[in-house]
Amino acid sequence: MAVAVRSLTDLFSFFGPRRAAEPEARVETLAATVAETAYPTNALPKFLAGLHVRENPLILDLGPVVGSNVTFFGEQLACRIRVEDVAADIDSHVKAGTLDQLGASFASRFTRPPESVDGILCWDVLDYLDRPAAQALADALCRLLRPDGYLLGLFHTADPSEQVYTKYVVVDESTLRYRPYPALRPRQRSLLNGDVIRLFKHLRVTDSFLMKSNVREMLFRKPAARV
Amino acid sequence: MWKRDESVKPAAPLAPGPGISAAPVSVASAPAGLRTQIERDNVNIGKSVIIKGELSGSEDLTIEGQVEGRIDLKDNVLTIGANAKIKAEVFAKSVVILGEVTGNVTASEKVDIRDNGSVDGDIASPRVAIAEGAHFRGSVDMQRSGAKASPPAAKPAAPAPSPAVSGQSQSPRVGV
Repeated sequence: MAVAVRSLTDLFSFFGPRRAAEPEARVETLAATVAETAYPTNALPKFLAGLHVRENPLILDLGPVVGSNVTFFGEQLACRIRVEDVAADIDSHVKAGTLDQLGASFASRFTRPPESVDGILCWDVLDYLDRPAAQALADALCRLLRPDGYLLGLFHTADPSEQVYTKYVVVDESTLRYRPYPALRPRQRSLLNGDVIRLFKHLRVTDSFLMKSNVREMLFRKPAARV
Repeated sequence: MWKRDESVKPAAPLAPGPGISAAPVSVASAPAGLRTQIERDNVNIGKSVIIKGELSGSEDLTIEGQVEGRIDLKDNVLTIGANAKIKAEVFAKSVVILGEVTGNVTASEKVDIRDNGSVDGDIASPRVAIAEGAHFRGSVDMQRSGAKASPPAAKPAAPAPSPAVSGQSQSPRVGV
């Protein structure tokens, strides 16, 4: 089958370059056609509840900066927020042609000391990584998370149809607005429940919700250190 | 389409001449009384000016040039214009950012990163607004706002204001 596909590709290439020669332009068009939609969230209220008891918690946000989210979390939790846009990292590695080094870069990507972060908003960033890079990122996040800290991850259950990232804009405690924007890399194969649990083997799943948006919301908690 | 571009150009607000001027260009057409007021309260640092060291004062300030070091405007508004490049620790009452800032920004009232504004550093302020097209890399500490003004959530109050912003220990209230 693979041989047949390859030969068909060769056959088409005989007629000239593929029409999709400008990936960035194509991606922008796609992002424009994917509508921005609001969806309920079940995991976010629990994430917030878990952090309400902390005093001046530190949250690590792995998505692109969303001003209203910064305001929301700041006002809700009186917290410090650190924004580390991993999607931008992915794009820069795609541009440089160094995707194979992405996983290794996560080991030194985060400068915070170990066990210094109270909550991590991982969003769906792991969906865009291949398995070794996803494992490297998950390991780095587990190191950063404080005992009893929470990690919120979103995992798409349907295979990708568009090449877009999503900004998750917090509308209120129980609603997220999904705002797509251009990506240089499509989502990789969907992670199964077991795959996700294996990625975060040092954390405990406290809640898992399969939403109508075809997104699985998972909330993890780092077990308290044994005395 | 091209005409629209031309018509927009002259309206660009923050384009003073070179040098530090007490009278911003945009003020020139204001009535005399108002102009005197603005002249007294708002100072511009032009595009071609480069300052290395400490910049402090007690007037609202708009920077379009380059500053390296420290900016200290205790009770005033600092506007970092679209052409400005700042590599400094910034302290002010309120900071509006349209250009590039590398360094920590501390404001006692508000930090506002506008579209195309860029900040690489930590922000400490009770109110922070980041526009959709803005670039930000760092951390945000809005602790005092939460401690004061978030009664609705059923959570224990966070009274003790711990000073730590990651990698930063200055108090936001800094005298000139």
